[in-house]
Amino acid sequence: MKAPFEAVVAGHGATVWRVVRAVVGHADADDAWSDTFLSALKAYPQLPADANVEAWLVTIAHRKAIDITRAASRRAVPVADTPDSPAGERADAHDLDLDAAVGALPPKQRQAVAYHYLAGLPYAEIAVILDSSVAAARRAAADGIATLRRTYPKSPRNDR
Amino acid sequence: MTMHDLTNSYPVDQDHLRRLHARLERDAQASDLLDIAYRTVDSAVGPLLLAATPLGLLRVAFSNEDHDSVLQSLSLRISPRVLEAPTRLDPIAQQLDEYFTGRRRSFDVVLDWSLSQGFRRTVLEHLNTDIGYGDTASYALLARLSGSPKAVRAVGTACATNPIPIVVPCHRVIRSDGTVGAYRGGPAAKRALLDLEHG
Repeated sequence: MKAPFEAVVAGHGATVWRVVRAVVGHADADDAWSDTFLSALKAYPQLPADANVEAWLVTIAHRKAIDITRAASRRAVPVADTPDSPAGERADAHDLDLDAAVGALPPKQRQAVAYHYLAGLPYAEIAVILDSSVAAARRAAADGIATLRRTYPKSPRNDR
Repeated sequence: MTMHDLTNSYPVDQDHLRRLHARLERDAQASDLLDIAYRTVDSAVGPLLLAATPLGLLRVAFSNEDHDSVLQSLSLRISPRVLEAPTRLDPIAQQLDEYFTGRRRSFDVVLDWSLSQGFRRTVLEHLNTDIGYGDTASYALLARLSGSPKAVRAVGTACATNPIPIVVPCHRVIRSDGTVGAYRGGPAAKRALLDLEHG
């Protein structure tokens, strides 16, 4: 039985935000989240009632992230970091290291890491989303995590 | 690094998610994808669920009807494009507040009758136009007004399944012996509404 769409947002909104945050970065995460859920709302009546909703949402988020990344690279102009940039005012500024580390991964690895380690999708689903073999999806995630262990050595805070 | 570790590295701020939700509500409305908007309001007869389509007010549900199952049923019968989006319900929420504080005697909102078909809809439309604030009618009178004087039992069913109670005033239909009779929101709610209007 298909749940009202509000239950989809309530149940998966946080996970989708983490995924797009990892895949497109901080600046574009809100746009990617909004594009994903608006597109999902439009298509929702046609979704089979027994579908895996989270895999479906991640598939949409994957496409929206590609659109956003393409649009961003078209308008990208290199600019120096301004010394008075408001980064220090961001409540989550302590994650900038992680953003940089995840952002430095090749796209396939970043996507595989996000879809497996943040969305919890099995590699068979990730392979479909990335249009690759299951083995290649698994390898991309493993390589990505291995790199992060090296480039983002800060152990996750357990004191919260 | 595990899934748990990486997930914890991306803390999600609930206020931030609420802002994203509000943006989704606006985007959905602007894109004509908000098939059902809903919110809950407090009232003198308990929390009320209000749901509206672009056509108008679709459903009012008392708290004795489980709100989650009401939304699930709307999702199946009308559309699963359902969001908690209070803005569309602002006018009716304000009018209900005025009604419960005795400052309003009739409602000025457009109704979506999609949940009522055939004779039941005929009954409810007569109820909505013919029986005013502070007035009461028997099931037999409403059957006559609806053009089927013998259909007293069907009138009772129409009132008992009224999808838009309070606004469509089925609480004003009482038994011929003067007792209040059954009500979707329970007899105490019916009594409270009648007392309010006679106050």
